[in-house]
Amino acid sequence: MSDPVLAQLVANLGTGRIRVVDLTQTLSPDFPQIVLPPEMGQAWPFRIDEASRYDERGPAWYWNNFSCSEHTGTHFDAPIHWISGRHLPDASTDTIPAGHFIAPACVIDCSKEAAADADFLLTVVVLHKWERRHGRIPRGSWVLMRTDWSKRSDPVAYQNLDETGQHTPGPDTDAVRFLVKERDVLGFGSEAIGTDAGQAYHLKPPYPCHYYMHGSGRYGLQCLTNLDLLPATGAVVIAAPLKIRDGSGSPLRALALVPSPAEAPSRRPKKAAKKRTWKQRR
Amino acid sequence: MTRPLVRPPRKNPIVRTRMPTLPPAGRSRVALGLTAAAARGRFELQVCRDCGTVQYPPRESCCSCLSRRLDWRPQDGTGDLLSETTLWHSNELFYRERVPWRLGMVRLDCGPVVVAHLHGDCDAAPSRVRVRAALDRAGQAALIALPEKDAPNMADDRQLREMTCNPKFRKVLITDAKTPLGQAMVETIVAADADLVWAGYSEPWKKTHGFDRLTALPQVSLLPLDLTNSRAVKDAAGEIGGRVDILINTADYHRNYGIAARNGLEAARAEMDVNYFGLLRLAQEFAPAMRGRGADGQSSAVAWVNLLSIFALSNFPPHGTYSASKAAALSLAQCLRAELSPAGVRVINVFPGPIDDEWNQLIPPPKIAPARLASDIVEALRGGAEDIYPGDIAQEWLARWRDNPKTLERELAAATR
Amino acid sequence: MSRAGYDDVVVTAPVTLSYVRYSIHGAHWFLAGALAELLQRAGLGKGEIDGLCVSSFTLAPDTAVGLTQHLGLTLRWLDHIPMGGASGILALRRAARAVQCGDADAVACVAGDTNHTDSFRLNLATFSEFARDAVYPYGSGGANTSFAFLTAHYIRSYGAAREDFGKLCIAQRANAVKFPHALIRKPLTLDDYLTARLIAEPLRLFDCVMPCAGADAFLVLRRGKAEALGLSYARILSTIERHNAFRDDPIQYRGGWALDRDELYGQAGVGPQDIDVLATYDDYPVISLMQMEDLGFCDKGEGPDFVRRNTFTVNGSFPVNTSGGQLSVGQAGAAGGFLGLVEVIRQLTGQALGGAVADPRVGLVSGFGMINYDRGLCSGAAILAASGGPA
Repeated sequence: MSDPVLAQLVANLGTGRIRVVDLTQTLSPDFPQIVLPPEMGQAWPFRIDEASRYDERGPAWYWNNFSCSEHTGTHFDAPIHWISGRHLPDASTDTIPAGHFIAPACVIDCSKEAAADADFLLTVVVLHKWERRHGRIPRGSWVLMRTDWSKRSDPVAYQNLDETGQHTPGPDTDAVRFLVKERDVLGFGSEAIGTDAGQAYHLKPPYPCHYYMHGSGRYGLQCLTNLDLLPATGAVVIAAPLKIRDGSGSPLRALALVPSPAEAPSRRPKKAAKKRTWKQRR
Repeated sequence: MTRPLVRPPRKNPIVRTRMPTLPPAGRSRVALGLTAAAARGRFELQVCRDCGTVQYPPRESCCSCLSRRLDWRPQDGTGDLLSETTLWHSNELFYRERVPWRLGMVRLDCGPVVVAHLHGDCDAAPSRVRVRAALDRAGQAALIALPEKDAPNMADDRQLREMTCNPKFRKVLITDAKTPLGQAMVETIVAADADLVWAGYSEPWKKTHGFDRLTALPQVSLLPLDLTNSRAVKDAAGEIGGRVDILINTADYHRNYGIAARNGLEAARAEMDVNYFGLLRLAQEFAPAMRGRGADGQSSAVAWVNLLSIFALSNFPPHGTYSASKAAALSLAQCLRAELSPAGVRVINVFPGPIDDEWNQLIPPPKIAPARLASDIVEALRGGAEDIYPGDIAQEWLARWRDNPKTLERELAAATR
Repeated sequence: MSRAGYDDVVVTAPVTLSYVRYSIHGAHWFLAGALAELLQRAGLGKGEIDGLCVSSFTLAPDTAVGLTQHLGLTLRWLDHIPMGGASGILALRRAARAVQCGDADAVACVAGDTNHTDSFRLNLATFSEFARDAVYPYGSGGANTSFAFLTAHYIRSYGAAREDFGKLCIAQRANAVKFPHALIRKPLTLDDYLTARLIAEPLRLFDCVMPCAGADAFLVLRRGKAEALGLSYARILSTIERHNAFRDDPIQYRGGWALDRDELYGQAGVGPQDIDVLATYDDYPVISLMQMEDLGFCDKGEGPDFVRRNTFTVNGSFPVNTSGGQLSVGQAGAAGGFLGLVEVIRQLTGQALGGAVADPRVGLVSGFGMINYDRGLCSGAAILAASGGPA
């Protein structure tokens, strides 16, 4: 007799008891790519060229060749992406344990604040406030910062650049350290073009989300969308990057499984009895 | 007196578009020496090194002393119009479609007698004229006799216009209008009486100083165009390709690395993707429509301008990978020239020396200002040349290269030491 | 040192095949036709011809050599003279010397060309390097532009009026009306001439020859052989030939005859006043005037006056191009260079096909041609006498 637990998952998916929400922006040449100073090595935007389309180049088939950076579109950052994570074991896309690619997610709604201030920084104060309402952030969860930034369909507005650089929301240093040290999260996800705020160069240290998350072997997700369709807790995110040798990240199809109707996660989570940490899952 | 050009009426969309025809294009190898000089905007004839006799038509040996030591030398073209005719009938399709057509027989002050196109403002024979060599619609050198003194609206002469690519009343695409050169190009082309200028731009989130100013010009229409994006180029061509009379490819990705100065391929690849593959994408998408419109009325498709670099002729090692991308673009531009020539569309390759912009910051002057470069390009469009070398550096390196490419290679390598 | 005369070398058996505007046949067809008729008139078998001189522009890829096998001839003397309007005179000069020194006994001189709708265009492409490099790019495939320049210059220099040229054309057309092989036999009026379609100013339609297909031929023999065959013949009194004369003249207003005419008349022992019939090479009327001047019928620049003082029909004061000239008969390629020569032979031997000049004794045939760039490079002339005429 086969174990019913996955059969139940499949059945629930079939009935819609569990919905699949697509957290991924469409990969196309029009999607904005991160802007670096011209002197630096640039990350390629997505580009695609036909190889054939039922024509003399290939009569019965259509296919394309594409190119992009590991960090193009909706994408995954591995710890090796940042200097603080360069010596960690299991830190590249091909060595991260596969079990880490499926994890629960907490969604922090900062959409009003981000609408008022493009440079909004997520602080520990906001996190505490969230926890009072939704319970403690569980170990091994994704923390996703909802800003509705993905609804900016004009690439100029999405990039939001001016003479002083990029202006997009993100976490401040203390919030990141809190999530790493006090909550042992899996990683941080954002709707904007970086997990760090657009002006994070000026924080201490610069780009604290990259610095601390990757420096402690955790991950990042960027250019997410549809976070407004997720409950604050209770969703499970599937985010598996391409298995690139020594990869620093990759574009991916990020999906969320959402219970439907969504349960109100008003209770504080019970203390877990398991001894094994999420990192030990395979 | 040449009547000034009038804006042509709108094209009747029901009427078949006249297909391009060309003047006879065959030339012997020696006669191509005339074309080689006209391509650079010069009128040159062979001069015997031993007896000084000037030769025409071009030939293998001196018609006076049989010496085979003939050198091409610049001529000022002044002479006497001995006789003239107006063609009313021709077996050549090109001329048949364009009669009446004035021709003259000129005795040049330097000696030979030449047959030449005769500008409408030239007085009847006998009179004094100035003969110039320019490329005709077939891309071969032809001689045209101009009046002794410049006359008003001279450039609008119907016959002279068949040898030039005047932007007046034409529609022009400038592929990258954001760079300093691109912006100057838009302004200069508008001032040259172009009817409509598409200002191409990419990465709208990157604001460039001065670009917004252009949108205020009534002739200017912004056009999203990223030359690294095949689909975008195709879409742009789908939208405007059938109306482009002159395409000026100003897109230029420029970094300052040789081989050792930069790890990895990223910068060099970006240079190739814009400077070489960008040209290829543009050519694949825009050339077909231009080919079909080579004889499409007064505002026909007439020219394709490529902003190359004098570095394309000989690698400048401090900008080594950039030079290589420009060399690749030059080779491809020659291919494009061959493919557009049956349509009478001229490919003009521009080889400036270092432009006075950020990527040439460390190069000592003389550097060429974007505005000056833009006006040199317009002058090339109005003239009969197809290879221009604007600025003092370009002129000097060209002279050295023509003298001996290997010595120029050594001199440029010395810049690396 | 004076040149050798032509002893008793004679020309006979003048042949003209009917000209047609277009033909699907090759040049060989016309050349064979002319040769066959020549043999028939001469009463000779093919094997009795031991020399052949060919002039053709449409023989390619064949040359004269290929023609020998094509026609089934075995020869001990062969020449190919594709020199346009000078072909007749030059063929005569070559053949006459061959017969004179015994290199051949009976030389057939044949000129012919076919004409397809694309012949003119294709022939031009390979005509001359200078023309290709320095004339055709300017729009006149062919010689129209060069002759428009010459005509305009001549008019301006010497006060010629278009009516002067018209008079020549009209007279030649009147001659052609009677000539059975002429392509254009409709009489021409001055009004027709003056108001005809402009080609290249000042040239109009009737200033230009019509390219066509056809062939002409004649036979060169010793007098004894001609008499033995019972053929009427004309004697060769003198000939001249010149290429690229006056090459420093900025524009052509005179031809090589001006250099060589004293020798022409000196060798013949006659003067211009003794010429009873003239054949000029008439690709354009201005050239006919130039030949009249340079061959001594009037002074340089007096051509218009000479035209006004004379009439040029068969019965006129000065018969010129009595079969109509190329301007009315048509220009069958290189055969145009034979047309005048063959007609003068006919007149001198009393075999005129059209109008006959009354009792001509001496005839002068002029050849000109090969517009390599801006001028005709070849010039030539021959003075022939009727068999009963001056020694």
